[in-house]
Amino acid sequence: MMTKTENVLEVKNLTVSLPGDGDRANAVENISFTVAPGEIVCVVGESGSGKSVTASAVMGLLPAALKPTDGETLLEGENTLTAGKTRLRDLRGTRMAMIFQEPMTALNPVARVGEQIAEMLEIHTSMSASERRKRAIEIMELVHLPEPKKMVDAYPHQLSGGQRQRIMIAIALVLDPALLIADEPTTALDVTTQAQILTLVKEMQERRGTGVLFITHDFGVVAEIADRVVVMQDGRIVEQGPREDVLRNPQEPYTQMLMASVPSMTPPERKPVEGDFAIDVDGLVKRYGHNGLFGRGRVVLAASDVTMHVRKGETLGIVGESGSGKSTVARCIARLIDPTAGSISLHGTEIATLPESKLRPHRRKVQIVFQDPYRSLNPRRTIGLSMIEAPVNFGTTKADAIVRARQLMQLVGLPADALDRFPHQFSGGQRQRICIARALMVDPEVLIADEAVSALDVSVQAQVLELLDDIRQRYNLAMLFITHDLRVAAQICDRLIVMQKGIVVEQGPTRQVYSNPSHSYTRQLLDAAPGTEVEFGSGRAS
Amino acid sequence: MTDVKSLSPGRQTLRRLVLNPSVLIGGTLVAMILALAILAPVLGTRDPNELSTSNRLKPPGYEGTMRVYTDEGRMKVPVWYPLGADTLGRDVYSRIVYGARISLVVGVSVAGISIALGVLFGLIAGYFRYLDGVIMRVMDGLMAIPAILLAIAVVSVFNAGVMSVIIAIVVPEVPRVVRLVRSIVLSIREEPYVEAAITAGTRVPTLLIRHILPNTLAPLIVQGTFIVASAIIVEAILSFLGLGIPADEIPTWGNIMGASREVFQLHPHLILYPGVVLAVTVLAVNMLGDGLRDTLDPRFARRV
Repeated sequence: MMTKTENVLEVKNLTVSLPGDGDRANAVENISFTVAPGEIVCVVGESGSGKSVTASAVMGLLPAALKPTDGETLLEGENTLTAGKTRLRDLRGTRMAMIFQEPMTALNPVARVGEQIAEMLEIHTSMSASERRKRAIEIMELVHLPEPKKMVDAYPHQLSGGQRQRIMIAIALVLDPALLIADEPTTALDVTTQAQILTLVKEMQERRGTGVLFITHDFGVVAEIADRVVVMQDGRIVEQGPREDVLRNPQEPYTQMLMASVPSMTPPERKPVEGDFAIDVDGLVKRYGHNGLFGRGRVVLAASDVTMHVRKGETLGIVGESGSGKSTVARCIARLIDPTAGSISLHGTEIATLPESKLRPHRRKVQIVFQDPYRSLNPRRTIGLSMIEAPVNFGTTKADAIVRARQLMQLVGLPADALDRFPHQFSGGQRQRICIARALMVDPEVLIADEAVSALDVSVQAQVLELLDDIRQRYNLAMLFITHDLRVAAQICDRLIVMQKGIVVEQGPTRQVYSNPSHSYTRQLLDAAPGTEVEFGSGRAS
Repeated sequence: MTDVKSLSPGRQTLRRLVLNPSVLIGGTLVAMILALAILAPVLGTRDPNELSTSNRLKPPGYEGTMRVYTDEGRMKVPVWYPLGADTLGRDVYSRIVYGARISLVVGVSVAGISIALGVLFGLIAGYFRYLDGVIMRVMDGLMAIPAILLAIAVVSVFNAGVMSVIIAIVVPEVPRVVRLVRSIVLSIREEPYVEAAITAGTRVPTLLIRHILPNTLAPLIVQGTFIVASAIIVEAILSFLGLGIPADEIPTWGNIMGASREVFQLHPHLILYPGVVLAVTVLAVNMLGDGLRDTLDPRFARRV
């Protein structure tokens, strides 16, 4: 039965059906592609395109509701779709292995990382305990973990996100599988960590000749590591081919559209915005924690001496990695949290120290759009009720507020009857439009977009960015745009602030920061951004 | 059938609710017991406190006569004891039927009062962080008091009666509700839609009632049914021990059994029938609670 093939993985006409009430008949339909030894194949697509289902089908990890109805997935010639449970268990780990998006939840929090690596050896080999430990240390050294002899006894929570992902890779590779499936392994990581993990995956694949099936939504990542690219949409393969062909010369309209939607790393020429300061922040400090009742508590300086200003009609970007304090600054300005020190002045009104009762009239002026469109709207209330909440709070009559809500729905490109529906009836992009419309209901002066497009697919992201830019111009808004994504920042921001560990390390016009960064951290961020050698987006999708 | 997706989240839950077997069976049984309590006078019962010294300790199904004194003198009237008569010749059937009233009153009012107090303190403790420590330490203290000991204390200070029984059961239940509500408030207040409401200038009471309280509804309904069940049991225990409602005033399942403590070896039916009804009631309420939990609070169901 075992036929010797050249490919590590051969997916032939795979079809996986969805349960009857799904929005389409098949999760993936009639897809075929191959992974050769030592090759990285990137499966790229937007959410719901079926890329993760493909990976699960190969691993034999499909949820019970999803049934493969046709085709085969040949791992070194052996069909994993028809393999029995015992056989699959043998194959997993020895011949194929998988790494996941969230390295914290994929590791057992109460077991030492060394034990978790050794567990693979214990299950699949007859090595003794001391041999297993030795092997675990070796593989940890191989994935460039510092001081593997010490770290082998560490618990997952003692490691950073990048180190945990390295452990995951070590577990996956310890038995030298022929195929490594990576399901969005860098999505939850910071850009500098992502760059290191991508380098590691590439190094491992080159050194060991492992075939890698790399699932991602990020074209930057694709450009960085792929040998071949498979583009998926709605469960079908739209286009596949070598990286250079697909990225530089996409044939299908869908691929072309995706490529055009990915924001370019080159900021366009922008006229400096003149005009009044809408918001002026001076020496803002936010300290978390305090000296406890018993002894000394832990104190974290989330933002330290942040000074900035945004003019009317200007977009100021705050970029930085997680924990840099960019969201803390935004939340202080929106007064969702109280700043420890410093001044925030809105058109000359000091709001940093106002008590809640006096603050209320100023709430209207600063509105915020959050990252997660699924949690930003109260699921129990209709869109209409959510939209009119703020204006009714500030004394508008219900009828007037509804008229305004209808107009704004049209502005953000949604039908007016959407007001009577509930949030779960809309897609992520639509919800984010609703959130933007809601923020505009009270004619704010400052709009804070806190990672507002980070959870969206690239094509939707491009549209929402367009909308935000349009609104800023139309209402002459001061916009504070917080993001970790340097591509997005390049396209929408007039000026940029780079934060690291609560401190502003650099600020200046976007173009200048990108072309001539003055701080080493900024340079590090720009270098780490994946896929910079491929020019995406040539302007925004229109 | 209308498109399920276009229904509000509340209506979708309602649909799932009526299709759940535990909810159906438990709910039907609870409804029957409720009907028993409300319709007690018309279900062929007699005065549950009517004594008949000549008919003491009669077996189930006993038919005989009873002496009644009227204006015209002494008369003999026929009586039938479907479930027998107790040590004072009272009709056990009538006492059980009327006893359903007190069990349900105690169960429902304990649940109502504990949830009302629990929601109030839970919202305050969860939202106003500076009051959290004080409230939660008090609740920890209350939780340490066992219902039975507290009942003995309350009964010895005040008179034994429905009110003292309710107070004795409510006190240790409140902290459980407070903890539940507080934990939900703590997680929901971080939700972006709550923060969006804050930036929309929504005042704190409105914020709590409109955006946070509805999230506690499902777990509270579930918790409420379990409080009802445990309150019915505790009430029965207290009455059985003679610490609850006195048997000569109002019959309760607990004091029917309590009154027959000394003779139950010779006349087991005196404890069997009220015991069975008590057990079925508690089972029905718990089944209803389990079903509600599975449909209203699926995350919680998976955790248990």
